Amino acid sequence: MNLPIPFIVLLAVLSLAGTGFYCLLFTRNLIKVVVALQLIVKGVVLAFVLAGHLVQNESLAQTMAITVIVADTIVAVIGLALAVQIRLHTGSLDLKALSNLKR
Amino acid sequence: MWYVLIAVGILACAILAISAKRLLISAIWLAITSALVALMLFLLGAPQIAVIELSVGAGLVTVLFVFAINIAGEEVIGLRSALPLPLVWTSIVLAAGLVIFFIIRSLGFVQFPELTGELAASVLWQERYLDFLLQVVLILAGVLGVIGLLSHSKDVHRMENKA
Repeated sequence: MNLPIPFIVLLAVLSLAGTGFYCLLFTRNLIKVVVALQLIVKGVVLAFVLAGHLVQNESLAQTMAITVIVADTIVAVIGLALAVQIRLHTGSLDLKALSNLKR
Repeated sequence: MWYVLIAVGILACAILAISAKRLLISAIWLAITSALVALMLFLLGAPQIAVIELSVGAGLVTVLFVFAINIAGEEVIGLRSALPLPLVWTSIVLAAGLVIFFIIRSLGFVQFPELTGELAASVLWQERYLDFLLQVVLILAGVLGVIGLLSHSKDVHRMENKA
């Protein structure tokens, strides 16, 4: 079995994005939500570099990937700080503890 | 073949990261996933991105996760969705169908080009100069946001202690 390299990398991208979306849909834990976002963005970075190779424009793709990594780190930092604050205020990391409108 | 091994490792670590009961274990599996992604980026001829991914994704973010989990505490909430289950399964089946469709369509792949592997500094510093400035502003905003959020919590504690 001799798969082409872009195909294998694409499968890795899809597996990262797939597990990330699955966790995002299923979990109720706020920190797990940040983990899921991290997984998705790792797939996106990999996809950027792969796309840069396929269209032979590596430099642009790599600078885009740097931008994505920076933005993703800020999202993780803010998300975790928010999770800590929510834990301090509501006493729980459960997403359902946030919804005051229902019930 | 290295690529297949790394791809399988990435999938396994990602699944372990989302299925781990304890948050700390989950963060460690996420770090290992990040390291494997960095390895794959390195093999793809993007060493600079690999280094950034390794130091930020596997280093900084893991430290942040451990810090946050230490403050917030472990809380085991099962994998029970906040969304209605039919909606979840419909979207999963739709996504899987789309993935299979695209894989079948993309079986005739473009030939993999020769790697140059150089991050042209001119692209970062000239063509995308504005974006680069934006990233600096973004990092500053993130740092200020975290300082604001965490210092607020100290004030709350102080007020609670006084009261």
